[in-house]
Amino acid sequence: MYIAAERRAEELRLTLSDHWRAGALVQLDAALAALDIANAPQIVIDPAALSSLDLAGAWRLRKLIAAASAAGSRVRFAGTPPPQLTLIDEVLGQPGSAAAPGRPAAGADAPLPQHMKPDGTAAAPLVLEDFDFEEPVAAIGKKTLERFHETALGLGFLGRLSIIFLRALLRPRHLRPTSIARHIYDTGITAIPIVALIAFLISIIVAYLGAQQLQYFGAEIFVVDLVTIGTLRELGVLLTAIIVAGRSGSAFAAEIGSMQLNEEVDALKAIGVEPYEVLVVPRIIGLVVALPLLTVIADVIGLAGGAILCRFLLDMPVTQYLTRANDAIGNATFWVGFMKAPVFAILIALAGTYRGMQVQGSSRELGRLTTTAVVQAIFLVILADALFAVLFMEIGL
Amino acid sequence: MIYPVVEVRGLVNRFGDQLVHDGLDMEVRAHEVFGIVGGSGAGKSVLLRTILGLRRPQAGAVRIEGLDITRLTDEQLYAVKARYGVTFQHGALFSALTVLQNVQLPMIEHLRLTPTELDELAMLKIRLVGLAPEAARKFPAQLSGGMIKRAALARAMALDPMLLLLDEPTAGLDPIGAAAFDELLVHLQRELDLTVVMITHDLDTIFRTCNRVGVIVDRRMESDTLEGIVNHPNPWIRAYFRGERATRRGLRARRAT
Repeated sequence: MYIAAERRAEELRLTLSDHWRAGALVQLDAALAALDIANAPQIVIDPAALSSLDLAGAWRLRKLIAAASAAGSRVRFAGTPPPQLTLIDEVLGQPGSAAAPGRPAAGADAPLPQHMKPDGTAAAPLVLEDFDFEEPVAAIGKKTLERFHETALGLGFLGRLSIIFLRALLRPRHLRPTSIARHIYDTGITAIPIVALIAFLISIIVAYLGAQQLQYFGAEIFVVDLVTIGTLRELGVLLTAIIVAGRSGSAFAAEIGSMQLNEEVDALKAIGVEPYEVLVVPRIIGLVVALPLLTVIADVIGLAGGAILCRFLLDMPVTQYLTRANDAIGNATFWVGFMKAPVFAILIALAGTYRGMQVQGSSRELGRLTTTAVVQAIFLVILADALFAVLFMEIGL
Repeated sequence: MIYPVVEVRGLVNRFGDQLVHDGLDMEVRAHEVFGIVGGSGAGKSVLLRTILGLRRPQAGAVRIEGLDITRLTDEQLYAVKARYGVTFQHGALFSALTVLQNVQLPMIEHLRLTPTELDELAMLKIRLVGLAPEAARKFPAQLSGGMIKRAALARAMALDPMLLLLDEPTAGLDPIGAAAFDELLVHLQRELDLTVVMITHDLDTIFRTCNRVGVIVDRRMESDTLEGIVNHPNPWIRAYFRGERATRRGLRARRAT
């Protein structure tokens, strides 16, 4: 029922009842909408029968009083106003309707934040006459400055890292061999199963696709060329790098980032240990060792996958596959792919460790920068691969 | 000439437009327990980070035993770092290492010890802060809040420092745990003749352990003895030490001593 109205000559008496709570706002609003408060010079609100009132209910009551005051009624309470209403008035900083009955309360509230209409709903954004032309320009400027700052930070990271790396090379005690070994294990040995599986599947896909197309020309034998050259030059190293970027690039960023959040990096500095020396350099060296080794495994498994498919799909004896592969592979084919691995490793490790070192403040940052690390690592790997392709073409490999 | 252990002069720290310290002075003498107090966001942790050399201030000098750490080379700073031990607010134990390895890390970095000696000394430090020997093999994630604080103290004591810098060592501990930690700290400080600088919000800890207190108000520091600071005219300091909570605790502490 919520509210009952009773007219006595000049006076409108509103008796509140039931639970005025946030959970019942829909029913409450329906009851309020049915209420007619027009033409009542005097309104008396009786809250005595209320079972309960929470702040949402009190807010509705406050609006009702404001509407009545705006319509020219004088509002007062029978007995004391509910404490919830008094509390709202206190919080808003002005004596509102309840404390000063009869005074117009509409618009007397504390100034609402921008983009809010007085009734508390969000104003439609980007109304044309409100359009602020400074905002997009300022945003472009801000982004530009951020980019410059970011570039400077990145250069600072590279510079500092180079100095510490050189120092570590000169004084081998600073190279942290146990740490390097751990990272070779984490990024290399534990990645073997997934790298091998992906290399196997990809070589099968390439061989199958090639076999289907080359059959039209009766040139199935060239499937071997396709698989061996494709795997050794490009696919083996590229897919391995992408898997490692997803696995280890993210792990680097997350590990270092959570150490930043936990003040462990500060603790290292306070002890006198250079964080780059123990956190960044071993990871880079570890990955530079691990990724080429993984690439060799991916190459071997890829070639084996091609052999299996040729044997069963094209009925090509394995010996023929091997002979043909031997002819197809030039002196440089393997090395062209293999020498890209350390470069990719450096790019992945730099992206991961740099983003990890950037983490500050919140775990949301940690998630954001971990994602950034992976995306950038993969982007850098593919970009470098494209540059290598152009380079090798220019020098005729 | 005897230098103060820590001496900060005219320190200015600024983040963008926000001025955190403006001409802050601080002096910690040998063998005292100095408490740093201030409202939330007053720059207590920033001050500690500046003293540690983790943050370069915009202006001012920070001297540890007379050496201005804002002007030292990396090698000189490295030598200074072996002279102090730090605990951070949340412990900052290395989560990938066990408690024992955490305590050993500064030793490996700064000292030349045989593996046996390394184990024995690290174990001694762990026992010294009141941790059971079993805790040595545990990882930080397996420790309770009170044990983390103690393990962090053990790591801070690893190099037998003359100066301990503690950031809220009793925050988040129950009153009994906090009292036990205070007692441990006072005991160690007396026996080993340490100088201790600690940030704390805990009035009990201040009254139990500190000889002198520095309060950061209006971007500067007012420091005095415990009695002096309680009677300080500054309204914020009065409210801090003579508020309802404070007087109750303070009076009780006074009566107890």
